[in-house]
Amino acid sequence: MRVVLAEDLFLLRDGLVRLLEAHGFEIAAAVDNGPSLEQALRELEPDVAVVDVRLPPSFTDEGLQCALRARRRRPGLPVLVLSQHVEQLYARELLADGTGGVGYLLKDRVLDAGQFTEAVRRVAAGGTAMDPQVISQLLQRGSAADRPVSRLTPREREVLELMAQGRSNTAIAGRLTVTERAVAKHTANIFAKLGLEVSDDDNRRVLAVLAYLDAA
Amino acid sequence: MSAKKAMVAAARGLGLGVFSLVGSTFLLVFVVLAAALVPLGVGVVLLPPLLTAVRSHADLRRRLAQRWYGVRIPAAYRPRPAQPSATGLPRALHLLQDPAVRRDLRWLPVDMTAGYFVAMLPAVLLAKAVEGLALAAGLWKAVADGADYWYWFLPVSGQGDALVAGVLGLIVLHLAFRLNDPLLKAHFTLTRAVLAPSGRAVLEHRVEELARTRHDAVDTSAAELRRIERDLHDGAQARLVAMGMSLGTVEALLDRDPEQARQLLAQARAESAEALAELRDLVRGIHPPVLAERGLGDAARALALRTPVPVEADVDLPGRPEPAVESAVYFALSEMLTNVVKHAEARRIWLELGHRDGMLRLTVTDDGRGGADPAAGTGLAGVERRLGAFDGVLAVSSPTGGPTVVTLEIPCALSSPKTSSC
Repeated sequence: MRVVLAEDLFLLRDGLVRLLEAHGFEIAAAVDNGPSLEQALRELEPDVAVVDVRLPPSFTDEGLQCALRARRRRPGLPVLVLSQHVEQLYARELLADGTGGVGYLLKDRVLDAGQFTEAVRRVAAGGTAMDPQVISQLLQRGSAADRPVSRLTPREREVLELMAQGRSNTAIAGRLTVTERAVAKHTANIFAKLGLEVSDDDNRRVLAVLAYLDAA
Repeated sequence: MSAKKAMVAAARGLGLGVFSLVGSTFLLVFVVLAAALVPLGVGVVLLPPLLTAVRSHADLRRRLAQRWYGVRIPAAYRPRPAQPSATGLPRALHLLQDPAVRRDLRWLPVDMTAGYFVAMLPAVLLAKAVEGLALAAGLWKAVADGADYWYWFLPVSGQGDALVAGVLGLIVLHLAFRLNDPLLKAHFTLTRAVLAPSGRAVLEHRVEELARTRHDAVDTSAAELRRIERDLHDGAQARLVAMGMSLGTVEALLDRDPEQARQLLAQARAESAEALAELRDLVRGIHPPVLAERGLGDAARALALRTPVPVEADVDLPGRPEPAVESAVYFALSEMLTNVVKHAEARRIWLELGHRDGMLRLTVTDDGRGGADPAAGTGLAGVERRLGAFDGVLAVSSPTGGPTVVTLEIPCALSSPKTSSC
C-alpha cells in the first residue's frame, strides 16, 4: 500500500516513515511542506495520504487545505489528517463531501502503533477514522436532555462512540469483549432510537451517524 | 414641518426647564448642605449618594442631548476604585477628586439659571404668539375690561390695539417656528460647554486611562506567565521526570524481569500521552492553534462547535485583525461562552461577530435566566480589564429572567484576507 506522508518536523516524519514501513506500508514520498505535498498527491497517485494539518511555508492549515483540494480533484482520495489538536470545525470540513475515506486523529494516537496503522488501513479502504475526542465532543453536544442521544443506554452510547470513530462491528466486539451478534443488536437499537436508516455498508453507516451527530 | 418641530421643541423645553430648575436647585442645595455638615460627620455619609445622584442627573441630560440633537457630551468619570466597599470620607474624597464630578457641581448653578431660561424660551415664544393671536380674535374684550392689559410693551384697550397685538403675535409665531429648535439645541450646547472636559482634561483623562490599562495589561500577562510556569512545572515537566525514571528502571529490569519491564514501559507510554494532553491544554490557553491556523472568524466557529449548548454563529469578517486583538477577542468569547454554559441554564446561544466603521463587534446572546452582573463575578470583569489595553469595551444587559446580551466592541483595522500559496 503506497503512502504519501507530509510532516514538517524531521523527528516525527522519520518516526512515521519507520513505523509505517515496519507495518508493511510503502512510502511513495515523505515531504515537509505544502507545495511538495500538492505535487506528490498530483503525480504519485497514492493509496492513502497521511498529512499534518500545519505545514510550511505558511504554518497555518496548509496540510488540511491541500488534502481538501486533492479530494475535490479526486473524490474519495483517502486522506488521514494528523494534528496536535482536534477541532470539530476541521472534522466537519473533511466529512462534508460525504464520500468517506477520511481520517482525523490527534498525533498522540501514533503512540499506539497497532491502532494507528489499523486506522491508516481503514481510511485507505474508504472507511473513516475519527479521533475519540472529536466524537466525545459531538456526543456531549448531542446529548442535551431533550435529544434522542440521551435516551441511549450507557452500553449503546459506548457502541455509538466506537462506531462514530469508524470501527467495524468486529472491532467494536473485540474492544468491548462481547459477541458480534450483541454489537449488531446494539447498533440496530441505536439506529431505531435515533431514527436513522439501517445500512449494511459499514462506511455508509458511520457517515450517517456522524452527519446525525454533527447536525445536533 | 417647522411648526411641528417648533411645538416639539417647546414641549420638550418646557419639561426640561421645569426639570432643570427643580432638579438642579434641589441637588445644589443638598450638596451644599451636606458639605456644610461634613465637620459633624453626617455630611460624609450623605455626600457620596448625593454626588452619584448629581451624576445621574447629568447623565440624563447627556443622553437627551445625544438623542434629540446628536450633541455628544463625553462623560469622563474615573472608574470606580478597586475596592468599591470604601465608604465615608475616603469615598467622598475619591469622588471629589474626580474632575468630572467637580464639573458636574459647577454645572448645577448654570443649569438652574441660564440652562432653565434657555430651555423655557421656546415655550414662552409659542405662548406669546398664541396670546397675541387670541387677543386679535376677540379675547381683548374679556381681559382688557377697565384696566390696561399689556401685551409685551403694548397696552391693549381696543380692537385697533388688539389687531396690532395680532400682527405682533404673527411675527413672534414666525420667530418661534424659526428659533425654537435652535434655542433648545443652544440649551444643550450650553450644557456641553460646562459639562464637557476641556482639551487638557481630555488628555489628562486619557493619560490616566492609559496608565491604568497598561498596568492591568502588564499585571495580566505576568499572572499568565506565572500560571504557565506552574502548569509546566507541575504537569508536563513532572511527567517527563516520571517517564525518565520508569525508563531507567526498565533498563535495569530488561534482563532480570522482562515482564515487569513491559509493564513499566506501558506505564511510561501512558505518562507520555498524559504529558501530551496537558501540553495541548496549555497551548490552547496560551494561543489556540485554530486561531493561528484560521484566524478569528473560524476560531469563533470552532469555539461555537465546542460549546455543549447549541450555538448559532453568524460570523462576517472580511479580513484579520492584528494578532493581539484576535487573541484578546478569542479569549473574551471563550469566557463569555463558558459563563453561559456554567451559569445561565440557556438552551440556545446566538453569536454575532462582525466589523464595521473601524469597530470589531462581538455579541453573545442567550435565552438563559439572566441576572448576570459583571461586578459580581471575576470572569467578565477580567475580560473587561484585558480588553482595556486595546480600548475595547464590554456591555452587559441581563435582566432577571433573561435574555442576556453581552456586547464587546474594540476599535481595530482588518488586514486583507490572506490567500494560501498552496
